[in-house]
Amino acid sequence: MRLEDKLYLDGYKIDEIGGSHLVIKDMSVCLDCELQQCLYVCPCGVYDFDAKRGEIEVNYDACLECGTCRIACQYNNIEWRYPRGGFGVSYKFG
Amino acid sequence: MSNLKYDVIVVGAGPAGLAAATVLAKAGVKVIVIERGRFAGSKNVMGGVFYSDCMKGIIDDFPGKAPVERHIIDQRIWLLDNNSFVGFNHKNELFNKKPYNCHTVFRAKFDNWFAKQAADAGALIITRTLAKEAIIENNRIVGITTGRPDGDIKADCVIIADGVNSLLAKSLGFRKEIKRESVALAVKEVIGLDEKIINDRFNVKSGEGVTIEVTGSFFNGEAMAFIYTNKKSISLGVGMVVEDLVKNKINPNDLLESFKAHPSVAPLINGGETKEYLAHLIPEGGYKEMPKLIGNGVMVVGDAAMMVDAIHREGSNLAVTSGKLAAETYIEAAKAGDFSKKSLSLYEEKLKESFVMKDLKKYKGVPALLQHNKRLLQQYPKILNNAAFEILNVNGVSKHDKEKLLWKNMKQQIGVSNLIRDLFKLWRNVG
Repeated sequence: MRLEDKLYLDGYKIDEIGGSHLVIKDMSVCLDCELQQCLYVCPCGVYDFDAKRGEIEVNYDACLECGTCRIACQYNNIEWRYPRGGFGVSYKFG
Repeated sequence: MSNLKYDVIVVGAGPAGLAAATVLAKAGVKVIVIERGRFAGSKNVMGGVFYSDCMKGIIDDFPGKAPVERHIIDQRIWLLDNNSFVGFNHKNELFNKKPYNCHTVFRAKFDNWFAKQAADAGALIITRTLAKEAIIENNRIVGITTGRPDGDIKADCVIIADGVNSLLAKSLGFRKEIKRESVALAVKEVIGLDEKIINDRFNVKSGEGVTIEVTGSFFNGEAMAFIYTNKKSISLGVGMVVEDLVKNKINPNDLLESFKAHPSVAPLINGGETKEYLAHLIPEGGYKEMPKLIGNGVMVVGDAAMMVDAIHREGSNLAVTSGKLAAETYIEAAKAGDFSKKSLSLYEEKLKESFVMKDLKKYKGVPALLQHNKRLLQQYPKILNNAAFEILNVNGVSKHDKEKLLWKNMKQQIGVSNLIRDLFKLWRNVG
């Protein structure tokens, strides 16, 4: 089963006004990063390399708020907050 | 909310926070629970086994009407290799006697129910509200700021129950960032199946449940997986320490899919329909990685305090117990009107006397043992699987020759001195 199809099953309330609760502090650090582990450790594929722009894209609307990216990043380069109250993932089962 | 003063603020409506709130409210304490999710439980995830005993003194005649799935009567452990597993089972009719030892639960439903119990007891539960920072006056925590306008809330005491990531405990300097070795990412699917199919596949009646804990050479000794039965679904997941995910360049969803496709697993979920996909961190660092638990006007409980006994898959019962003990500590401290760190040290004492700290302390060496001795779950499960196959596969070779060959393989792959050393380490850390 594809990850996109799985994420489609999850309930989210996207914070269009507040914007991303995940912010890359300094993109140049990411571009020099030898591992770029955020691209594979995230269980929801939030981080994606955008070849056109030459940057890592943050698809925060898919985030399940686990915290793995923050802990995995050896440069502590991800500003990781909780979404605003009431926003983000909302599980039916949990 | 702005001008309201409470006795206690609980941050986070999970098992630890709700246990604290229920005990406090029942004692007549004015308590408010702040939860960032749309409802209590909406952000909360576990594999899903909840042990009943911890609810004594909090909820009368638990489970009562609590939304539980199946009570567990059959617990299985699999050491998984690529095509096979060697397993241990314990099924016991005593687990069919009330009060049931444990149930599978869905946390979004369970925590929502628990929050209603706390509210019925008199606690105020505020959802969709993010606790941002602690308000500190004269070196003492006196409240919490929230994301809401005029959202400062004051109290005598704050109980931090905001879960594994506990940004609050971190911002207070109670701990540094969690180490990659100290936390595992678990991903899980809830897979819908007919009740009767589950009963047949797992050899149980309706209401009765099975848990399977899985590790072994299939995961290169670096992951733990589980298969739990619910009423009309299976909870299936796999967890791996973040350090190992990073080092091995593993995508958690790929890992989950490979587990689902294993020949021993696939038939159990065949025909099922995935209902939800979940991800959550498990604080597995144990005793040595626990943060500071108390300060002036503050106590830390549950996952925020790294209270997980990973090898027994226990966490929510430690959380509930710690929440209860924090509440009892507040009630004692309120008698003297003293909420200083010294006064709240009673919480640490109560924890030490309870199974929570005793178990965490007993298994304090386990996280490092498993992290630094990968062969325990890498090579031994493979050897066991090979041995089982060799002994059971009849092919004209005498049993004597088979045993000789197996022992020779063991010596080659592990070595006698390593075998003795491993057994000793296991006995020291787990025995």
